[in-house]
Amino acid sequence: MEAALARPGLPGIVERGEAAFQAAQRERRRATLLWGAMLLVCALVAARVSEFYPETLAAGLPRIGEYLWRTLPSFRAEVFFSDWETDGSFAAWMYRADKWLWLIFETSQMALLGTLFGTAISCALCFLAARNLSPAPWVYHVTRRFLEFCRTVPEIVFALIFVWAFGVGPLAGILAIIIHTAGANGKLFAEVAENADTSAMEGVRAAGGNWLQRMRFGVLPMVLPNFLSYALLRFEINVRGASVLGFVGAGGIGEELYHVIAFNYYEEISAILVLIILTVACIDMLSERLRRGLAAEMPRGAAA
Amino acid sequence: MLELQGLTRRFGAVTAVDDVRLVIPDGQMVGVIGRSGAGKSTLLRMINRLTEPSEGHILYGGQDVTALRGAALRRWRTDCAMIFQQFNLVQRLDVLTNVLVGRLNHRPGVMGTLTSLLKMFTAEERAMAIRVLDRFDLADTALQRADTLSGGQQQRVAICRALLQEPKVMLADEPIASLDPRNAKVVMDALRQVNREDGITVLTNLHHLDTARQYCDRIVAMQAGRVVFDGTPAELTSQRVRDIYGVSEDEFEDSAEEAPARPHPARTRLAVA
Repeated sequence: MEAALARPGLPGIVERGEAAFQAAQRERRRATLLWGAMLLVCALVAARVSEFYPETLAAGLPRIGEYLWRTLPSFRAEVFFSDWETDGSFAAWMYRADKWLWLIFETSQMALLGTLFGTAISCALCFLAARNLSPAPWVYHVTRRFLEFCRTVPEIVFALIFVWAFGVGPLAGILAIIIHTAGANGKLFAEVAENADTSAMEGVRAAGGNWLQRMRFGVLPMVLPNFLSYALLRFEINVRGASVLGFVGAGGIGEELYHVIAFNYYEEISAILVLIILTVACIDMLSERLRRGLAAEMPRGAAA
Repeated sequence: MLELQGLTRRFGAVTAVDDVRLVIPDGQMVGVIGRSGAGKSTLLRMINRLTEPSEGHILYGGQDVTALRGAALRRWRTDCAMIFQQFNLVQRLDVLTNVLVGRLNHRPGVMGTLTSLLKMFTAEERAMAIRVLDRFDLADTALQRADTLSGGQQQRVAICRALLQEPKVMLADEPIASLDPRNAKVVMDALRQVNREDGITVLTNLHHLDTARQYCDRIVAMQAGRVVFDGTPAELTSQRVRDIYGVSEDEFEDSAEEAPARPHPARTRLAVA
């Protein structure tokens, strides 16, 4: 290397190298400018189409503050710890906490059931939707399109349909979550399975295992920690999602939230929101801890 | 009797295996030698039908293996067990389950498959697995996860899995290339034991000529996809090696050892796509 650096008799090598470097630099700058300009144009078009105007934003922003201000509870320090019948106490703010907590619990149970069944469905379908594992190309395409349909139709639309079919209540919400989870996790699982190390599967194939056995013994054990991690993440998302499904009568805290918003019960809005945020934060922390434990388990071959 | 008739495999413009003709009587232990890229792995993988031949036929006991499809193909794979350089065990499953994978195709029908998916193996199957593990001093590791074992132990687990298939032929693709000399000996001893005691035909790729001479009844040497030598270990003298490969035996082994791991089938597909 040293010798090569010091080698004489190659005139102009440095100049040529420098010129090539400068040319590459210019090319990069031009590309950056071009793409930047295109991005700017796209952003402007998007803002125009979606009526995202600065003046509207400026006019509306203070009103958000005003709304939030109204929802804040009006505590009085001298009666803060009094019972719920005294105005200005904490207990009065949370006067229906028992009902709300129950509804939030119901919401999280909806999310739990929806995540469980939805994940089970995606677990079954993901191997069909993995390009290198699928038994036939048409199976791969049909499964992919089906999963796409499941996750692109918004949950709330499914919830509306199921409320119409099964009546008002959590069942409609659970079904909506199942479908969305199956679609969302199905895609993620399929991609994990595609990237998994195939040597174990080849071992099962060489032993005469059929397709189901190859997936069960050759792939599933390798990708299971990843699947669990994604399922937990989806559970967090579903708890949040389930809180608004009640807006269309699909059970959980959403219905109550919609009610207090519609009737301008300002202080109740903040009370419910605080409870939801606390619950979601607790679940997030718990599941993140679990997921970190799982991450340590993951084989390199299965990294998504 | 395993018979290869004009077996050929092309990858694009490259002919990996070129018109290989071999007749291997039952119970023989055959070593296939050759430098990296000589087509040894492709040859073995074709016999198990993990790689499809471009031309030619594989016959076993008069049956044309190349024509098999579906369940019949899986039955052939069960009869023709395979040992891999990287062991190809399911790393996150315990040793016992890994060995029981060898029984998967001995479970008939839909119920057989369904119960296997739930890992519902019978007590006899478990006993069979434990007995085979014990034969190779691995019974104590039965409930350990495969990835906790050393390379030599993992390869012997792979041999146990292969034995549970109750195969007639065992193919070993560079079975000791990832092992240290001591473990290599243990694994080669195990393969010979399988050959001598169970009467299973063993066909193994090796790159150490000494190992091949020491363990095999017959040596097949390959170069550029073709068989360039087929005879007994005694016939493969140093002079003969020099005649075939144009290098000394040491140089031959050095160049064989540099062998990069065969590109993984999945990777190859990705690269093509």
